[in-house]
Amino acid sequence: MFGNFDFEIIERTWPYLFYVGMAFTIKLTIVAMLGGIMAGTLLAMGRLSHLRVISILAGGYVNLIRSVPLVLVIFWFYFLVPYIGAWLIGSHEPIKVGDYTSALVTFILFEAAYYCEIMRAGIQSVSRGQVYAAYALGMNYWQMMGQVVLPQAFRNMIPLLLTQTIVLFQDVSLVYVLSLTDFVGAADKVAHRDGRLTEMYLFVALVYFVICFTLSTIVKRLQMRVAIVR
Amino acid sequence: MNYHWNWRIFWEDAPDGVSSYFDTLLVGLYWTLATALCAWILALLLGSLVGTLRTTPRPKVVWLGNAYVELFRNIPLLVQMFLWFFVLPELLPPSLGSWLKALPNASFFTAVVCLGFFTSARVAEQTRAGIEALPKGQRLAGTALGLSLPQTYRYVLLPQAFRILLPPLTSEFLNIFKNSAVALVINLPELTSATHTMAENSYAVFEAFSAATLIYAVINVIIVNLMRWVEYRIRVPGLISTSAPGGH
Repeated sequence: MFGNFDFEIIERTWPYLFYVGMAFTIKLTIVAMLGGIMAGTLLAMGRLSHLRVISILAGGYVNLIRSVPLVLVIFWFYFLVPYIGAWLIGSHEPIKVGDYTSALVTFILFEAAYYCEIMRAGIQSVSRGQVYAAYALGMNYWQMMGQVVLPQAFRNMIPLLLTQTIVLFQDVSLVYVLSLTDFVGAADKVAHRDGRLTEMYLFVALVYFVICFTLSTIVKRLQMRVAIVR
Repeated sequence: MNYHWNWRIFWEDAPDGVSSYFDTLLVGLYWTLATALCAWILALLLGSLVGTLRTTPRPKVVWLGNAYVELFRNIPLLVQMFLWFFVLPELLPPSLGSWLKALPNASFFTAVVCLGFFTSARVAEQTRAGIEALPKGQRLAGTALGLSLPQTYRYVLLPQAFRILLPPLTSEFLNIFKNSAVALVINLPELTSATHTMAENSYAVFEAFSAATLIYAVINVIIVNLMRWVEYRIRVPGLISTSAPGGH
């Protein structure tokens, strides 16, 4: 079946695939994860806020983002970010934004909606008594959240946050629609240059499978350990 | 922001000369609905089957079911689209491969099969969780009544499991509409792809994307309400506590 396949192409191109493509994918995943968890936590605090306006705005944002496809959001921000940038610095013309920055902003804002739902469940998993105790000690809202509730919420939600990050790692492949050189983009460019689509796509699938399967197995173990402690 | 909105753009002629941009989006919506609904039927059938097999007392069958789920969950959907579209015809015998490539609407069938299998792995995971959430006594009681294993599933476990399963299945049903947008990479003219085409041809970028966002949001609202109605219709009073508000 694989008789006339040329798997040596991988041997010839792997520095490009990994040092350029995979490096981009991992960098985008990690930065978007950190940004997404921070923005998501703020959104979750907003959704749970007693101030009606804030909770409605945060809830509306999260529900809107969660009801549209990521590909559409990528297109949205690709065109929108230059205008937002111009608005931020008070310029009259849309500013030029690099593809990487545009993709990064997209992923942070998109994944924030999903991390928000996880963090909301996390905050709600901390018992009310903790909140009352913190206020009784004279803490204000930010001290209560930062020193009492959020550290516990994070610990409870680590497995879910990591699972969402594995999803994010796979979602990064969608920057393909902007012709960026992530892992899939790099493989795709080599595949089209050398006319070796079959070998390259099979290899890409294998690499993703090995990485994601390993990570999800580790997360599963972690989840069991966390469950026993609780 | 000095962007000039032009909402009348939807009634202007698209470059194909016969229809307006509004029609362009409608055709996109048609393909999105067709792809998502066909793929959903496939996903539901395959997913329930695999999910059920993963709860049987046969280790080998369970292992195969687990392998199936892991295979489809750990490869990005985009890469799976490429595999079905570009790679599968090459791995098949030449005559079958070229027949596949020459199929009219090849990207539609590929998208349906790809999305169907991809989502079936998620449905299988939910189905397994739903069956395992039932009290062990249900299975034992079925066996004690002299039912065979298939009968226990058919009359005791599955009818209860599917009622628990409805909320997670609703969210998978919503996901399949969103995921169908990925099929634009194999040139399926679905809604996101049609929107992008309109944006490029008309330069009315934000009008086009706003319209698409609105359409996806409406699909979302319709499905959520539809599934709520289904949940209400098939509930068995007193069997499973409805998700009452309050408590932790």
